[in-house]
Amino acid sequence: MEIESFKVAIIGAGPGGLSAAMRAAELGVSHVLLEGSSHLANTIHHFQKGKLVMAEPSQLPLRSALSFGAGSREHILQQWRDEVAAGAVNVRVDANVTGIAGGRGNFRISLASGDTVAAECVVLAIGVQGNILKLGVPGEDLPGVQYQLDDPDEISNETIVVVGAGDTGIENALALADKNRVIVMNRQDEFSVCKEANFDLLMAAVTEGRIETRVSTLTERVEAQETGNYPLLYVAQTPQGQEKFECHRVIARLGAMPPRKLVESFGVSFHNDDLSAVPRLSEQYESNIPGLYVVGSLAGYPLIKQALNQGYEVVEHILGREVEPADEALLRDKFARVRKPGSVKEGLAMVKENAALFESLNSLQLRELVQNSQVWDLAAGEIVFKRNDYSNSFFSILSGRVRIETENKDGDLTHFTLSAGNFFGEMGLLSGRRRSGTASADGDCILLETPRRYMLSLLNSARGVQRKLDEVALKRIVLTYLDAGLSASELEHLVQEAKLKRYSVDEVLFSEGDEADGLYMIRRGSVTVSRLVAGKEVVLAYVSAGNYVGEMALVSNNLRSATVKAASPTEVVLLEANRVRSVLERNSSIRGKVDSRYLERVHSEEMNPHHEHSSMVKFLLEQGVGEATDFLLIDYSRCIRCNNCETACANVHNGTSRLNREAGATFEYIHLPASCRHCEHPHCMKDCPPDAIHRSVNGEVFINDSCIGCGNCQRNCPYDVIQMASVSNHPRCTWWQMLLGKPGHPAPKESGNEQKIAVKCDMCKEIIAGPACVRLCPTGAAFRVSPEVFLGYVNQS
Amino acid sequence: MDLAHRPNILRYNHDRYVRLGLWLVLLAVAGYVLFEPAATEPYGGTPVGYVLGILSLLIVLLLFWYGIYKRCPTSDRDRRFEERRTPEAQGKADRRNKSPAQSWRYGQTLQGWLALHINLGAALIVLATLHTGFEFGWNVHTLGYGLMLVVIASGFYGLYAYLNYPRRITDNLQEDTLEGLLLKIDELDEMARVKALYLADEVNELVLNARQETVIGGSLMQQLNWKQAPCPTRIAVRQLQKLGKKYIADDQPKYMRDLYSLMLRKQRLVERARNVVKCKSRMDAWLYLHVPLSAAMLAALSVHVLSVLFYW
Repeated sequence: MEIESFKVAIIGAGPGGLSAAMRAAELGVSHVLLEGSSHLANTIHHFQKGKLVMAEPSQLPLRSALSFGAGSREHILQQWRDEVAAGAVNVRVDANVTGIAGGRGNFRISLASGDTVAAECVVLAIGVQGNILKLGVPGEDLPGVQYQLDDPDEISNETIVVVGAGDTGIENALALADKNRVIVMNRQDEFSVCKEANFDLLMAAVTEGRIETRVSTLTERVEAQETGNYPLLYVAQTPQGQEKFECHRVIARLGAMPPRKLVESFGVSFHNDDLSAVPRLSEQYESNIPGLYVVGSLAGYPLIKQALNQGYEVVEHILGREVEPADEALLRDKFARVRKPGSVKEGLAMVKENAALFESLNSLQLRELVQNSQVWDLAAGEIVFKRNDYSNSFFSILSGRVRIETENKDGDLTHFTLSAGNFFGEMGLLSGRRRSGTASADGDCILLETPRRYMLSLLNSARGVQRKLDEVALKRIVLTYLDAGLSASELEHLVQEAKLKRYSVDEVLFSEGDEADGLYMIRRGSVTVSRLVAGKEVVLAYVSAGNYVGEMALVSNNLRSATVKAASPTEVVLLEANRVRSVLERNSSIRGKVDSRYLERVHSEEMNPHHEHSSMVKFLLEQGVGEATDFLLIDYSRCIRCNNCETACANVHNGTSRLNREAGATFEYIHLPASCRHCEHPHCMKDCPPDAIHRSVNGEVFINDSCIGCGNCQRNCPYDVIQMASVSNHPRCTWWQMLLGKPGHPAPKESGNEQKIAVKCDMCKEIIAGPACVRLCPTGAAFRVSPEVFLGYVNQS
Repeated sequence: MDLAHRPNILRYNHDRYVRLGLWLVLLAVAGYVLFEPAATEPYGGTPVGYVLGILSLLIVLLLFWYGIYKRCPTSDRDRRFEERRTPEAQGKADRRNKSPAQSWRYGQTLQGWLALHINLGAALIVLATLHTGFEFGWNVHTLGYGLMLVVIASGFYGLYAYLNYPRRITDNLQEDTLEGLLLKIDELDEMARVKALYLADEVNELVLNARQETVIGGSLMQQLNWKQAPCPTRIAVRQLQKLGKKYIADDQPKYMRDLYSLMLRKQRLVERARNVVKCKSRMDAWLYLHVPLSAAMLAALSVHVLSVLFYW
């Protein structure tokens, strides 16, 4: 049998493989693209019909012989089919690879059909979806048990069991629920692995009775049924015992794993034993076997664009050509404004050397970091950010020094200087509150500014970064909250055994009558201090991030005199009691500060026994005001219900009012209308594909023009204050309409298929005179407050 | 920020406009007393009369401006000038954002304008009356004066409404909305209908009547007075109380008791809803007098001014 021989054999016709093959074809390199299934791009082929494929990360340029942009699954597949045909790519479908032997120059690839292909180099681009997890129970391969769903619209009037509560499972269930009875089986006891947007949609569907769910449920077996209307019987193990479901179809979406066994059988070694570990690769994507390259999601890059770029690059590497990474130009731009490092290489070296926080990142992750960040070259005295600004990005000092000036409650100014290798701005990032100090360049310096969104995702994904940040932030918090004059040794003593603790809403930090276990420094969120009076909980104080609680029992050596509860998701640093006591004993200045704080609290508690206000505080906190920064209240004893606030709002904002006066809760004479509260950690920002939601320096959370109308923010907002509104300009009303008192601005007519974008309150940040709702209230009933001010007031009056 | 003691509309900005109004009245009275002591016959055309007239006219125009300001949309001029790319543009933006004319404009709130509107409107009674020199007759001049007084009187009513009804609405609505109340009433009606099915026809009729004939709102006059006499729900409650003695067999007393409590709850809700409707309509209705009559007054005033100028 004659063995065909090629320069490059590419295994897997997904984005990575297709891109590599196209590049090889373009350069006239002899190649073969081996695909196990019967069509190209099998994974995308199995996406739900009509699914919108995103082109993330958006700032990464595409470099591939294959074109790609966000679009529907069908469009992308057609485009690729056309281009592959036009590019004369040597594709072999239904060619399942069973083994690879040999090394650079003489690889032997054996196929399931018995054929063998010879190649000098091999590119492995098989992705992870080829290794879909099955049910692993008897009956897992019965007809009617499927692991993919192509077109939910083709299925109707069936009973369907969906196994798996990940995003795909839930998306499938939601798509099927309109025309079928759907039951979702979840192995865990709650739906926590899916995106929040999907979770909300699922919960809505469950409430409406369109979907049923079972939790803590394992699949026992699937049986075929000969008689009756249902061809399948799905048997599950629920906490209540065995439950049987007669159904037409079982759809299992359990995810996929790297086909490790197969890859290892080729001789490729992995980083560790973790099931999701990626193969050990060089910067040229070459594995431990010379000549065998791995790209795409198998190599740990799950995004389509990354795979396309790598397909292109790997062919260049094989041909021995120097190729700049696709993001090189982008990085060059980043460093262009900086005087010192001339090249990207020097720049990256500088980041690697000085941004100690990021030392655990590999070089590709580092590139991504710089891609997402901004490099600043500042002259002496230039301001980075000002105290009380609402910016929340994170800064690393690459060279030079930065002077930080902070001011505590008593108005004492203190300052310290940070040199290269340090970072700052973490407090604003973590607390979501105003900057606690002013940062300026102390001599020329170069800074790396990383935006909040990227930083948070990095903290979530890279444990090393999180650990390092916590370590340093801990000391900073002690210095800022307690006393900046604390000596280094005392500080070291104090933070030993310090713990970082997280609390969800209403969780108790400590209760009245407890032993004092330490000092709680709130670094994120807010808490309420309350006491039981005549069997009723009375809220004494509201304390927000940037302050500490728990000093009273420590100073007085008594039991806890009040209960402290989280009013919003809260993170505290807990300093151990005995260490705090000993440090207090040795340092009179800090002791004085804590003492005066103690007296202040005693004073405010004894002087203000008007506990009826406590129910107002409780009401507002129940409404989630604890996590707000600025919210609208209406004094219903003065509101004449003219709705001028809504009219004024619509007037300023293209015809759509961003507040709904009547909706929302009322307590006594205070009404909290449905209107944005500009949360500290805005829920709407969490999952915005185009990153269109930002916070301005003055604190307004707003949506910019890049909104694509996906509706994620609307679903994520727990307060229902984001709406989808059509983009078209509404007609301005005429003078006549105004004078005759016609309802000012008629809502734009909805035709149903107009493009809609998300709109929300931006506190009229563009209007110099301030929020229209407040300014145009004829009786002054509407007013805006921040929780510290308002809850403080309610307490003291 | 003290909620309970926040200044009301009149006392906006430390009584600024109250003081302004009082000063105007004081000056007008002083001027009249000084320059026009015991005029021989009522006459408005004296120098003091003209000064007061011009002043009153200006005040009237200022009062009209409130109506316009309230309906005036925020224009592009009010938007922050955002060109910050170059230092020159930044400077220009700062200058523009901080010019005295602009900052005066941006300092305005509707509440301030309303306080001005009310206080100057009240002062106008004295000013305009002195301006007439007590010379009245069956002519357009007195017509304008009379219209003005009616407009101001309706305004006083409006002020009374604004100061009192919001609180009353909230007391009646509590945590609900009007729609919510109506829905609850409807629910109670349905529950009562089902309960009544177990009982005699006359009871069913009472309940049905209470459901179909009870009116909340209705015509403008009904809204303003809110009382429906006789209210079918009230009748039903009263009758059910009487009929309780009649139906004592088997389960009947239990159904009667349940029905009675349902109807009682409904009656309370109906009263609350009517109170809300009454307050709301009273807060709105006076404007139907105030605004058209102001327009009429403006017309009469124009004729008055033109004719005075013409015959001068």
